[in-house]
Amino acid sequence: MIEISGVSRTFAGRHGAVEALRAIDLTVAAGEFLAVIGRSGCGKSTLLRLVAGLLPVSAGEVRVAGEPVRRPRRDIAMVFQRPALLPWRTVLDNVMLPVEVFRWRGAEHRERAHQLLDMVGLAGFERRLPHELSGGMQQRVALCRALIQRPKVMLMDEPFSALDALTREELAVQLQRVHMELATTIVFVTHSIQEAVLLGDRVAVLSPRPGRLRQVLRVDIPRPRSFGHNAHLKEVAACSAELHELLLEPAPALPPWPEPEIGMDVPLRRRPEGIPSGRP
Amino acid sequence: MSVATRPAPSGEPLARRGRSGGAARARYSSVGLPALGIVAALVVWWGAVALFQIRPIFLPSPLAVAQVFGEQGDYLAHTAWDTLYRLLIGFAIAAAFGLSVALLLSWSRPLERAVMPLFLALNAVPKVSLAPLLMVWLGFGPRFNIVMVVSISTLPVLVSTMAGLAATPSDLGELARSLTASWWQAYLKVRLPWALPHMFVGLKLAITLAVIGEAVAELQNPNSGLGSVVTLAGASFDTALAFAAIVVLSLLGVLLFYAVTLVERLLLPWARQIAG
Repeated sequence: MIEISGVSRTFAGRHGAVEALRAIDLTVAAGEFLAVIGRSGCGKSTLLRLVAGLLPVSAGEVRVAGEPVRRPRRDIAMVFQRPALLPWRTVLDNVMLPVEVFRWRGAEHRERAHQLLDMVGLAGFERRLPHELSGGMQQRVALCRALIQRPKVMLMDEPFSALDALTREELAVQLQRVHMELATTIVFVTHSIQEAVLLGDRVAVLSPRPGRLRQVLRVDIPRPRSFGHNAHLKEVAACSAELHELLLEPAPALPPWPEPEIGMDVPLRRRPEGIPSGRP
Repeated sequence: MSVATRPAPSGEPLARRGRSGGAARARYSSVGLPALGIVAALVVWWGAVALFQIRPIFLPSPLAVAQVFGEQGDYLAHTAWDTLYRLLIGFAIAAAFGLSVALLLSWSRPLERAVMPLFLALNAVPKVSLAPLLMVWLGFGPRFNIVMVVSISTLPVLVSTMAGLAATPSDLGELARSLTASWWQAYLKVRLPWALPHMFVGLKLAITLAVIGEAVAELQNPNSGLGSVVTLAGASFDTALAFAAIVVLSLLGVLLFYAVTLVERLLLPWARQIAG
């Protein structure tokens, strides 16, 4: 479903070019849940934005469903670190935002919006405004908003990192259920080993400066997984230990790599993230 | 033991009493305390006039001012209406004009670059100093007052709406991009609604300035309105009447400010939640 081949990304910084990602090769199968883990600054959010088409690659190519990604697409949905809900819209209208932007038929999708809200336990909250909800509930609304697009690929950028520990576990378990039910392909960026082991079919470990793919670890624990008594504690412990090792021990020495030359496709100035200014 | 086994029904009124006690305390601190402050100030004013035997021409006692309200209340209400009428027309024009120019400028970056410095320079002009010129141009009619109000209260609306349109949080911008929203979709669904609370900051500023603009116009052009009452009463040494007119002017300012705040609360119930 997702093919990342030879992808690099360089940012122009004040002190010369900064290499954020180098030569990433990674494939994600349809319906797979890939967790991407790494320390801060390892480029995992950048990788997600490259797949989302929010950032252009400096080298290499990203394909989703066979099509190269050059700009944001309707079949790719994004869930951000913060819920990013529109504060003046009710819960239901926030979920319906993609439907409006895509100019889809509202009536057909309203039913689905109710179903999705029901699935994440927010039935009865449709008419509330975001500020009346807790942080965990807001993030569940954001999840529904992404799912209503019926995305082939859902990209999640540390979606639970701003929540308290218990809410985070609760949402992770819920996300697992959503994934088992809908079989959407998910790439889930996190810095929590616990989340990666609970959720991932595989865990991709990135190492920092520049971001490289350290290893991809398969998590062979039957689903549904949980944090409770029936957790496969031995396997979870083994997996977590392996990830700890990978994350904490220093990465092997860098192979030589050519400096980006002038003429290479390195964007020198990036528009600050925000609404595209300037007319279409 | 008896406390623990107390039946629930008797606990309920207790809780309710506790809540209403809290409400009473809140009302006391939001209404009672400010009222106490005003009464204290009046007492000090009164005491000073009585103690130092200040002549009423310089400072009338609060009682004398209150007497003016009793004797000339109708006259004051009538003039207040003249003032209110003109300043509301001016405020409406200023709000509509400031808002439309802000929208226009947000659609075209080059236009904004070309025009914004000019507006900021105009904003720096002390509008009061324009009064004599405006009078030459516009004569003594109500047009002069209205233009005075418009000139003083347009720019806050313009500048704060512009600021609001530029203040879209980056995560909402990224959301719009990831949803493949067009420029117009992002503008109408995200940028513009987000700017509304900022616009109201400008409107609140503008309504306060509108009162000042109208008062200045009436002081310059004492045909009608509370400002002219101040000028004429001052000229005939009726200081108590001048004080009464000033009190009405400031009451007008406070009431109008709260009216705009109320409209904001009704239209944008979500705005206070994102003010942080």
